[in-house]
Amino acid sequence: MPMATIQSLAGENEQHPDVALIERVRAGDVSAYDTLVRKYERQVFRIAQHITQNREDAEDVMQDAFLKAYEKLDQFQGNSKFYTWLVRIAVNESLMRLRKRRTGKMVSIDEDVETEEGSVPRDLADWAPDPEQNYTQSELGEILRKTIQGLPPGFRIVFVLRDVDGLSTEETAETLGLSVPAVKSRLLRARLQLRERLSRYFRRKRGAKK
Amino acid sequence: MTCTEFLALLDDLIDDSVNPDTRAELQQHLKGCEHCEVTLNTTRKTIEIYRSHEIYELPASLRERLHAAIMARCKKGC
Ligand SMILES: [Zn+2]
Repeated sequence: MPMATIQSLAGENEQHPDVALIERVRAGDVSAYDTLVRKYERQVFRIAQHITQNREDAEDVMQDAFLKAYEKLDQFQGNSKFYTWLVRIAVNESLMRLRKRRTGKMVSIDEDVETEEGSVPRDLADWAPDPEQNYTQSELGEILRKTIQGLPPGFRIVFVLRDVDGLSTEETAETLGLSVPAVKSRLLRARLQLRERLSRYFRRKRGAKK
Repeated sequence: MTCTEFLALLDDLIDDSVNPDTRAELQQHLKGCEHCEVTLNTTRKTIEIYRSHEIYELPASLRERLHAAIMARCKKGC
């Protein structure tokens, strides 16, 4: 029975459940990799979409990232989470796609974008209560996509990893090869810029019809 | 505390990583400053909306197709 093994692995040292799966993959159990792919494919796809802004590219990135991670699994060291390591691969693959597509145009997530936008909130109108309910699901999706696509790539990715994916500041820094202060400053500006841009749609309308 | 000082700590407040003294100062500022209160609430709401709405849905059929492609190539030894 494998029960004993599972229990001893989940014992006092509180291992991340991915560690056991990775051990099994290394021992030649492809089904364990299947489990890991299922667990993270949505997030990898999402990140690839956010960076490439192109559905086909995101599909390719997702496949390539998981294949690359599989090939390089021997190089994975348990000192970081498998997920952050995987995301790092996905981010690099996405940037590579982007460079191929936009030949000549440099795409970088580590260049610091000097922008004053959002650093001082201008639109100070309060929002309607549950403002998203004034839109249909598809309208809302369109608004959210359009709004986040307008951010510089380096801000967008930090926001997605930190606030949507729930990575810590340190994990985000590690994943993107940025310093912790750089992640913090981008996150603040990303949040404020998104807020400012969403205000256009969500602000409380004075004397609204209905 | 000025609005600029408040704004500099906005993220820490949202992420709940301020010490109790700073928190008290921030709360104090909020009581008298509607602008910062709006900024805080709408920024929180911004995060919440992005967190709770998947804007790049991976449809089940596509997911299955991509998944099968990945696993087929892994089984071949990539
Ligand atoms: Zn203020």
